[in-house]
Amino acid sequence: MTLFDFIQRLLGRQKPSGTMAKERLQLVLAHDRSDLNPELLEQMRREILEVVQRYVEIDIEEGDVSLETEDRVTALVANLPIKRARPLPALVAAAAAVGMAQAPDPEAPQELAVPLAGEPTEDPSPTAADPD
Amino acid sequence: MDAVTSAPARIILICSGKGGVGKTTLTANLGIALARLGERTVVLDADFGLRNLDLLLGLENRIVYTAQEVLAETCRLEQALVKHKQEPNLALLPAGNPRMLEWLTPEDMQRIVAMVAERADYVLIDCPAGIEDGFKNAAAAAREAIVITTPEVSAVRDADRVIGLLNTRGVAPVQLVLNRVRPRMMASQEMLGVDDVTDILALPLVGLVVEDEQVIVSTNRGEPLTLNGNGSPAAKAYQNIARRLRGEDIPLEDPSKARKGLRARLMNKIRKTTGLF
Repeated sequence: MTLFDFIQRLLGRQKPSGTMAKERLQLVLAHDRSDLNPELLEQMRREILEVVQRYVEIDIEEGDVSLETEDRVTALVANLPIKRARPLPALVAAAAAVGMAQAPDPEAPQELAVPLAGEPTEDPSPTAADPD
Repeated sequence: MDAVTSAPARIILICSGKGGVGKTTLTANLGIALARLGERTVVLDADFGLRNLDLLLGLENRIVYTAQEVLAETCRLEQALVKHKQEPNLALLPAGNPRMLEWLTPEDMQRIVAMVAERADYVLIDCPAGIEDGFKNAAAAAREAIVITTPEVSAVRDADRVIGLLNTRGVAPVQLVLNRVRPRMMASQEMLGVDDVTDILALPLVGLVVEDEQVIVSTNRGEPLTLNGNGSPAAKAYQNIARRLRGEDIPLEDPSKARKGLRARLMNKIRKTTGLF
C-alpha cells in the first residue's frame, strides 16, 4: 500500500481492495449464474418500472432493481419507494390494460424478492440436460 | 497393492476451472499424505495434453504405459501404474500422452477409474483446467470433488462456474481448498478473506494453504512437501487436508486472525483499522 492509498483510506475515500474484490465478484457472479447480461437486466428493469408505475407513483431516482446472490441462490430484488397510489380510475384502466377484471390492492408491497427459477447450477438432477 | 478391497474407494476430482491455482500440487501432496496414512492411493493425471503430475512426483522418467494402453488391452493395469519408490502406497496413472491420436471419452475415463478403484482406497483425479472436454471426461468418473481456488477474483469466478457444473452432474460432496493465502494481506483487507470466499462459493472448507516458498523448492526437486515430513506451513496444511478427508476433526484456523499473544493481536487490530504494514 502506498502512502497515498493509506491517506485515502484514513480519510474514508477509498475502500480496501479486498472489499472491492468481494463486491465486484458478487455482482459478476449474480450475472454469471443467471445468464443475464447487464443490457438485458437494464431492459428488464425499465419494463418492471413501467408496469409498476401504472399502479403506483414511484420515485424513479431512488428505485433500484438488481440481482443479489447469497448461498448460491440468486434473487431479483426490487426496491421501489412508493410516493402514492394512483387514483382509482387510473388503476382500473391500468388493470384493463393488462387484462385483469379487478383493480389490484393499491397497497402493493414495496419490496419484491423473486428467486430466479430454473437456474442451471441449482438443478439437483444428475440426468438433467447439459447446460453448456 | 492387493486386490481385496473392503470399502468402495473414494473417487475425488481435484479441479479449479482456472489454471495455475495449484490443482496438481494439491493432488501430488494429498496423494503422498494419504499414502503415508496407510491408504492405498492412486493419482490419475486426467490432463494428457499438458501432463505435469509425473513431474511433481518425480516420476517423469518411469512412465512406460498410460491408461490408453490399458484400455486398448495392450498392457495390464499393473504395468501402467507407476509405483512411488519412497511411498509404495502411492501409484500414478497418466491418462495418456500428448502424442496420442485418439482422445479419451467420458466412458473411457469411467472404465479406467472403475478398474483402478478396485485396488485402491483413494483415487485422486487431477483435472485439466477449463470446463471443456477434459473437465467433462474427468468429472464423469468422479464421485466427489475438491475445488481449489486462490483468493483472487478470476480464480473465484472460475471456481463458481465449475461448482455449478459439478452440481448439475450430481458430484457430491464438493469441498473447498483455499490456496496461496497471504495472512498479512488478508488482515489488512487487501485480499479476499477466507470468509468472503466461503460465503461467495457456499462450500465447506476442507483446507487452507498459506503462500509458501517451499512449494516451489519441492516442485523443483520433484519431491512433494508431504513426502519427507517437512515442517513447512504448506506441508502441514496438505497433511491436515488428508486427515480431514479421512474424517478426522481438525479445526481450521483463519491464518489472518490466528496471531496469538497480546502484542500480536494488538498489532493485528492496528493493521486492520489502518491498513498499515
